[in-house]
Amino acid sequence: MIWDLHCHLSGVDGKTADERIAQLMVYADRMGVERLVFFMGWPFLTDPTPEQFRKQNDQVLQAISHWHDRAFGFVYLNAKYVDESIAELDRYVKNGPMIGVKLWVASRCNDPSIDPIIKRAADLKALIYQHTWYKTGGNLIGESTPGDLALMAKRHPDVPLICGHTGGDFELGLRAIQDSPNVYAGIGGSDPTAGITEMAVRTLGADRVLYGSDIGGRSFSSQLAKVQGADIPEVSKRLILGGNLKRLLTPILKEKGIKV
Amino acid sequence: MICDVNVYLSRWPFRRLPCDTTSELVSKLKRSQISRAYAGSFDGLLYKDLRAVNQRLYDDCKSQGADLLIPVGSINPTLPGWEDDVIACHEQWKMTGIRLHPNYHEYELSSPETKKLFAMAAERGLFIQIAMRMEDDRTQHKLMRIPDVNFEALPGLMKEQDGLQVTILNGMKSLRGANLIRLTENPNLTIEIAMLEGVGGIEKIMEQVPYEQILFGSYFPFFYLESSLNKLKESQLGMEIEKQITWENAQKRFAKT
Repeated sequence: MIWDLHCHLSGVDGKTADERIAQLMVYADRMGVERLVFFMGWPFLTDPTPEQFRKQNDQVLQAISHWHDRAFGFVYLNAKYVDESIAELDRYVKNGPMIGVKLWVASRCNDPSIDPIIKRAADLKALIYQHTWYKTGGNLIGESTPGDLALMAKRHPDVPLICGHTGGDFELGLRAIQDSPNVYAGIGGSDPTAGITEMAVRTLGADRVLYGSDIGGRSFSSQLAKVQGADIPEVSKRLILGGNLKRLLTPILKEKGIKV
Repeated sequence: MICDVNVYLSRWPFRRLPCDTTSELVSKLKRSQISRAYAGSFDGLLYKDLRAVNQRLYDDCKSQGADLLIPVGSINPTLPGWEDDVIACHEQWKMTGIRLHPNYHEYELSSPETKKLFAMAAERGLFIQIAMRMEDDRTQHKLMRIPDVNFEALPGLMKEQDGLQVTILNGMKSLRGANLIRLTENPNLTIEIAMLEGVGGIEKIMEQVPYEQILFGSYFPFFYLESSLNKLKESQLGMEIEKQITWENAQKRFAKT
C-alpha cells in the first residue's frame, strides 16, 4: 500500500486540472501508488493573495473531483491572511472534501500569528503540512525551518504537524524536530540521498516518517527509492509508504464518512 | 543486464553513506542486476595525491569487483605534473576513461589545460566523464559551496577532438532545453539519468535527446540505487530502447575492444 503525501499538478502538460491529474495518474499506476494527496495549483505562487489561493484551491478541487477513490486535497493557505485562511478552511475542509492544510513560504510558522489557523485546522481534524528548508545559501524571507516548526509544535502539542522536505538538509532537519513528538518528517521533495530514511527512522522512529514524492517536479522513482532502498525493516517501510499517513488521516476521513 | 556509468568508491567527505565500503557496494550492485559499473573515487574531489587515489581505486576494483567494477581515474589538470596521472591511468592501470570534477578543482572547460587534457585523452582513446555537481547546492557544507560546472565551452572542445567520447554525470537536474540540445548535437556526447527528475523522466528527455545518447547512471552510493532503477519503470521505454540505455549504448562507446 503506497500513499503519497505530497503531489502537485505540475510537471505535465495540460490546460486543465482534469487533463493534468489524468496524466499524473498514469505514472502513479506504473509505480503502484494507490492514493495521492494534492495541494496547490499552478503556477506556483509563493505569497498568494486570498483571491489567488482560492483560485489554486479551486484547481485542486476540480482535479480531485473525478478521482475520489484515489486523490485527496489539502487546502493551500497563506498565514499572512488569517481571517481569509480560516474562511478558506471552512469552505474547503469543513464544508468541502479537503482533508488537510498546506503552508508554504509566505510567512514563517514560528510567528504566533499563525496560531488561529492551526487551531481551526485542528478543530476540523485537518492534517497540517508545513514546508521547511535549511538552505545553505539562506532561506526565502518567509520560508520556515524545521526549528521554526518545532517552536510552533510546542504551542500545539496535540496537533500532528508534518515537517515538509525534512528541512531539505535532513541531517539538520531531523535533529531540529527530534524532541517534538507531534512533528512528523515528510521525506519527499529532495534528492534521493542515501541515508535519509535510515537516519529518520533512527532519530524519530518509523512511525514518525512519511513518504511523499513532490511530483511532478520530482519523480515517483527517486522518492520511492528513499524507502525501497533504505536499510530498515520491511515493517518500517510499510509504515512510511502508507501506514503512517493513513493513520494520521483516519480521524478526518472518519469524520467525513470516507472509508479506506 | 545493466551497465552503470556513474558509481563512486571510497568515502563522501561529509558523512558516511550506506554501502560506502567496496564489498558492500559490490554486493548491492550484484543484487540489483548491475553487471558492469564504471567507478570513480570520492577521494578524487579533494585529495592532491591523485596518483595514490587512482592506485587505490584500481586495487579496490581489481581485488573486490574484478568482474564488475571498471576503474575511472580522477584527473586534475591544475596539479603540477597532471599529464603523468593520465599516462599512469592509461598505461599502468589500463583504464579506458578518466573522470573530471572541474568545479571542485577550480578550472573552466575553456582553460588551456582542459584543451590539452582533451587532446591527450583523444590521442589515447580514453573517454572522459565530467561531473556537473555532486549534491544539491542548497545542502552543501557552508564552507564548501561549489558551483555547477559550466559547459558552454564543451561543444567547441569536442569539435576539436573527433571521436572523443564525453559523458556528463549528474547533469540532468539543471541541463534542459536549448543548453542540452546544443550539447547533445554532438553524437559523441552522452548524458546519464542519475539526477533526472520529473514524472516519466526518461521518456520526456527522449523528446530532446536521442536515446542512443542516454546512459544508465545511478550515482550510487550517494543516491539510493533504486532511484535510477525505478526510472526504467516510470517511463515506458520498450525492451529495445531500454536495452540500449541500460547496456548497449555504453558498451558501444566505452568497452575495450
